[in-house]
Amino acid sequence: MNDLILLAILSSSLLPGLIIFTLPEQSVRLRTILNLGGAGVKLLLVAVLFLHVAQREYAELRLPLLPDMELVLRADALSLLFLTLSAFLWLLTTIYAIGYLEGSPHRSRFFGFFSLCVSATTGIALSGDMVTFVVFYEMLTISTYPLVVHRGTPAALHAGRIYLAYTLGGGVVLFFATVWLRAIAGPLDFRPGGVVSALDPTLYGSLTIIFALLILSLGVKAALVPLHIWLPNAMIAPAPVSALLHAVAVVKAGAFGIIRVIHDIYGINFSVELNLLFPLALLAAFTVIYGSIRALSQNDLKRRLAFSTVSQVSYILLGVTMATPLATIGGLVHLVHQGVMKITLFFCAGNLAETLGIHKIDEMDGVGRRMPWTMAAFTIGALGMIGLPPLAGFISKWYLGLGGLAADQPWIVLVLIGSTLLNSCYFLPVLHRIWFVQPRQNWPPSALRCGRETTWALLAPPLITAFLVVALGLLAHSFGSPLYWVELIAAREYGL
Amino acid sequence: MTELIVQQNWFVWMTLLPLGAAVATFLAPGQARWIGLTTALFLPFCALAAIAATVFSTAQPLTVGNWPTPLGIELRTDGLALVMLAVTALVGFIISCYALGYFPPRQHHLSRTHYFWPLWLFLWGGCNALFVSGDLFNLYVTLELVSLASVALIALEGGKAALAAALRYLFIGLLGSLAYLLGVGILYATYATLDITLLGEIISDSRLNHAAMSLMIAGLVLKSALFPLHFWLPQAHTMAPAPVSAVLSALVVKAAYVVLLRLWFEVFPALDTLAIGHLLGLLGCVAIIWGSLMALRQERLKLLIAYSTIAQIGYLFLVFPLARGEAMAGAWVGGVLLMMTHACGKAAMFLMAGTIHHTAGSDRISRLAGAGGPIGVQVVVFTLAAATIIGLPPSGGFFAKWLFINAALATGQWWYIAIILSGTLLAAAYIARVLGWAFLDVKRSSYPVIPWVMKWPPLALSVIALVFGLIAYAPVQIALIGAPVSVPLLVEFGP
Repeated sequence: MNDLILLAILSSSLLPGLIIFTLPEQSVRLRTILNLGGAGVKLLLVAVLFLHVAQREYAELRLPLLPDMELVLRADALSLLFLTLSAFLWLLTTIYAIGYLEGSPHRSRFFGFFSLCVSATTGIALSGDMVTFVVFYEMLTISTYPLVVHRGTPAALHAGRIYLAYTLGGGVVLFFATVWLRAIAGPLDFRPGGVVSALDPTLYGSLTIIFALLILSLGVKAALVPLHIWLPNAMIAPAPVSALLHAVAVVKAGAFGIIRVIHDIYGINFSVELNLLFPLALLAAFTVIYGSIRALSQNDLKRRLAFSTVSQVSYILLGVTMATPLATIGGLVHLVHQGVMKITLFFCAGNLAETLGIHKIDEMDGVGRRMPWTMAAFTIGALGMIGLPPLAGFISKWYLGLGGLAADQPWIVLVLIGSTLLNSCYFLPVLHRIWFVQPRQNWPPSALRCGRETTWALLAPPLITAFLVVALGLLAHSFGSPLYWVELIAAREYGL
Repeated sequence: MTELIVQQNWFVWMTLLPLGAAVATFLAPGQARWIGLTTALFLPFCALAAIAATVFSTAQPLTVGNWPTPLGIELRTDGLALVMLAVTALVGFIISCYALGYFPPRQHHLSRTHYFWPLWLFLWGGCNALFVSGDLFNLYVTLELVSLASVALIALEGGKAALAAALRYLFIGLLGSLAYLLGVGILYATYATLDITLLGEIISDSRLNHAAMSLMIAGLVLKSALFPLHFWLPQAHTMAPAPVSAVLSALVVKAAYVVLLRLWFEVFPALDTLAIGHLLGLLGCVAIIWGSLMALRQERLKLLIAYSTIAQIGYLFLVFPLARGEAMAGAWVGGVLLMMTHACGKAAMFLMAGTIHHTAGSDRISRLAGAGGPIGVQVVVFTLAAATIIGLPPSGGFFAKWLFINAALATGQWWYIAIILSGTLLAAAYIARVLGWAFLDVKRSSYPVIPWVMKWPPLALSVIALVFGLIAYAPVQIALIGAPVSVPLLVEFGP
């Protein structure tokens, strides 16, 4: 396999994005072709790469930056996990966004930055060393800002300012920590087992500080409490952006970065040896509970989902910090499962807002009668989040719990149980309203053919992802499933 | 073919061509636009050829008129000269294109077009001559050429304020040049030579030499607008027409800085420069913070950009305290990289500010509200260029800051890291302020038509500034030809 496939994957979203910027607002057809064509080509290329990496043929590409520095693109198993998720969900989100933004202004700008955002996410997935990772990580920060403020209202701009303040602040800390680490440890290629374990023990103090700085800065995007403030604020963005932000792009980039730092820079064993992981586990556990509690009191649907994201993303970190194979499997698989479930919920929330103008939870009485398919997808996503077997969320929680027990830390199970109860508390009442409460007024009838509840572009993506939530749970052990894949990753990381 | 390229005296051509064209445009004002553009088109090729000639041949010092070194004029054809020539050619070419649209042929005050082209080409020739000058007196002469041309260009807009700014700039420039010349005089009285290489070999650590060095540095600091000697810059840079502002911020300030780099690393390394280095570093730090804070407070786009230049000059002066011991190469390359990338980015920003002014009728930042239509593209271009000012990857600014922080870590000077990082955040804040206005959704009714040369050439420049980090490998390698420092750039230090 040619290593240039990595460049092709990057440019499959970058080039269409750049072309879209120059398109006039009216050329809808060309823009749609570019968007969907780019997304389709990318998915195809990722599939090819996936098959190769499954046979342990890793692709790598190095580009000299400065005389002592390189840009490294590499596809290993962990990259593919994130890459496949983002390529697949990008296609769905693009379809959704085309339907969602139909007829609204500034679409060229929107789709241009949308593609840049996905290119940055792809770059993060394919980064082969810390320098490359930082480059794409900052690119993601910047390309997301125009999407957050897309509406152009003063409220959106305010949210954008908060977003920039947090993420750029985190970015500066990340930059400094990386320069420092590079200065004491040399080239920072991502390698299983890490690259710093052979360093002189007198440097362990510096390494601990750098680790704290790295987690702090990556924790901004991963929405670790108390660095999560920007996330509920960023809810002001259009639904496709929120969906992408929560499921793949921004919060996942932070979580992915933390996984890379722990697995491939410091190495699990070395991190345990330096006692770096326990404080992070505590923080993650606190975030899990705190996010759920805050979600309880939100009446705005998207804000409730946002706090739910704060809580759910920390499951990933919880799993990684337990430092046992089973917990790692649980954490990594949740990276995918949470993405699929959360994107379903956001698609559905967007459908409600776009079709019926519903934003608040107490307006949702009986909406299941008007939009049964959308609400069915929402129900599956919500039940998955709660962790009902056999849905995807259950698989993650099961492995996390087993991993916690294997690590001799039974309190993890308590955290999981508490969080599951809280999840039920903030999702089940919503489901009750949707299906069992009488509507307060008659819903406006559908203007579409055959009384369809909303357009296909808006309906198909949540249905597909909801189907996946079921499938990922039921077929968790089949070849090529996320669980199968993360078992490979964990086996490699722990040398099993 | 290769022979032909290698054996040409490209460096001489690059000086003579713009100077000759300046005379031609003055004599034939009707044809000025086309003469200017043709020259601007030729110079990037000359620069490429010069690079090729240097890379493919063993570089010989070039003496003009075949007089031997102490008598004749020796040209420096090292990496620093090459990259500066190339960057100037690139930026100059874009600015020339833009000027075609900015100074349309048929307009009421024809005089602006009349004088712009000769002065601008004159300045360009002066800059090129400065980069290849190998002795201190030639540096003085070329520096004066550049200054005088700049003064006239600032006054181009006419009006009281512009004249006042131009005059102030003239006096500052003269003061700086005098201080510099005094220092040169002292050195000449002692060593009877002004050749940079020769002086660097024989200079000794004496009080008189310290006095000469201080005078020369003070003069150059004044010309390159380091805090607190920056007071003339915001007015001078904002009063001028947009292409002139771009030239001043991107190139002219750098000219004085290049001279300073040459002096510091090639003439005075034998002297004990620790204290002066720290003083320059301290002033640089204050410049970063002060310039950024002032930029944050500006209501006008051009003033914001001008204050941002002051902050960026502050970064350039961090090279002097950071370049010691092992970190020497890293800091030097960081400075050169920042100079190149800032030239591209800042020129693009000023050009875009001019276009926005042209479209929106004012350069008040609040007038950007609702810049969704035709200005939308311009704001995006502005932002792309600003990425290098903030220091976001993959711009050159990012890697320059990387090298600076690395040097600061390696030499144990932690406080500079804090300044660099907070400067980054402040820059992000003032750029985000502009962006915030641009994304505010306000309905606009009509937009004037902008000539395409005012839209697309700056885009090219800002894209180059943005991806400069990715393509920096070749420029940095070229800059290191015959450089006073040697790799490695990134110092790894143990416990």
